[in-house]
Amino acid sequence: MTAKRSVTVTVNGEARTGEAEPRMLLSDFLRETLGLTGTHVGCEHGICGACTVHVDGEAARSCLMLAVQADGAEIDTVEGLADGETLHRLQQLFSKHRALQCGFCTPGMLMTALDLVRHRPNLTEAEIRSGMAAVLCRCTGYEGIVHAVAEYASGGER
Amino acid sequence: MKPPRFDYRAPQGLDEALDLLADSGPDARILAGGQSLVPALNFRLARPSVLIDINGVAELAGIDDQGDRVVIGAMTRQREIEVSEDVARAVPLLHEATRYVAHLPIRTRGTVGGSIANADPAAEDPAVAAALDATMVCRSRRGERRIAAGGFFVDVLTTALEPDEMLVAVEFPRIPSGAGAAFAEISRRDGDFALAGVAAQIALTNGRVTDARIAACGLGPAPLRFRNAEEILLDSACETEAIEAACDAVAASSDPHDDVHASAAYRRQLAAAMARRALNAAHTRAGVAA
Repeated sequence: MTAKRSVTVTVNGEARTGEAEPRMLLSDFLRETLGLTGTHVGCEHGICGACTVHVDGEAARSCLMLAVQADGAEIDTVEGLADGETLHRLQQLFSKHRALQCGFCTPGMLMTALDLVRHRPNLTEAEIRSGMAAVLCRCTGYEGIVHAVAEYASGGER
Repeated sequence: MKPPRFDYRAPQGLDEALDLLADSGPDARILAGGQSLVPALNFRLARPSVLIDINGVAELAGIDDQGDRVVIGAMTRQREIEVSEDVARAVPLLHEATRYVAHLPIRTRGTVGGSIANADPAAEDPAVAAALDATMVCRSRRGERRIAAGGFFVDVLTTALEPDEMLVAVEFPRIPSGAGAAFAEISRRDGDFALAGVAAQIALTNGRVTDARIAACGLGPAPLRFRNAEEILLDSACETEAIEAACDAVAASSDPHDDVHASAAYRRQLAAAMARRALNAAHTRAGVAA
């Protein structure tokens, strides 16, 4: 039972099938098998949050799931946020507030923030700071990220 | 890094899972939420021969309020605990502690049973189980064992579970009327492992303490319950002197370790500080409930 098996996931609304050994992580399946390299891989032990995607609508670390566990699931990644050339409102706010420099953590930041805002209405700034601590950024210092998420939470579309 | 090769099994029922566990030998591991095991696989700290994934065993998930107790299936996600009004009402200590479990994306996958069976010394769910003397319902092909928290947690990452046994549910007693509960924790950053966390539940009758439960995470090799501190509070009115004496007893009975995050001496101070926060909040809430 170490042989490859077929895995079908609905990624950003589109059914995709690939082969995966049982030990293949969901993060690697998305990047290497499906070619969706927007999901970044940092620490591979659930600390940095760069690989965060939505699994059946809720944020989860794709480095802490096996691809075979995602068979039949709906996965949303950062590639699904923009509508053509029009960025998602949260992406626009990240740009406005200069909430990224190198951009490595940004996919995880966006997917984490979207779930956080949906999960807990009327977020306080303290809750945003605590919630966004789920993803490590080593260059912006978080101020811009907190401002972007706060503006999104206060009135943007969800 | 990436996980080593393993034989992957995904049983769809409990009996099938227990058969697999019994037949796979001592190197088999059960995969629940995977928020501790998958990192260990990625670092190759764990090299199980067989990985038995119980995410497809539907009968293991769910919250069942049975009146005097709430039975939580081992595969119930911590995120489900966080949003459960039943748990908030019947086992508020578990509900409050869950907010301190890592971060939301971890709680999406992490399970109550996984946290308790993994028995990380810094984990919140084992401390809540210890405080409330929850019952661990353990199954194997040989039958069922019910193990009280006091006899379940043995040492770092070590429980009373036999190699062929699986934790299938945890029974938490309902909070008595007139009681209050609180969980206090401090970590270097929100969501990090606890430097010290204290779970407290206090029941009052006519302003006097009739039941006190205090336990901690991060302060010893296994979750600690502080019976001496509980006895200090019993029959008191939770006046400042009694609370302070109980906090001193918690600090004295703690068994913290030195590491890069904090010295043992500092953790002992944090033990008293977290006990003070938890006991004062639990007492206030008990007063409101009484």
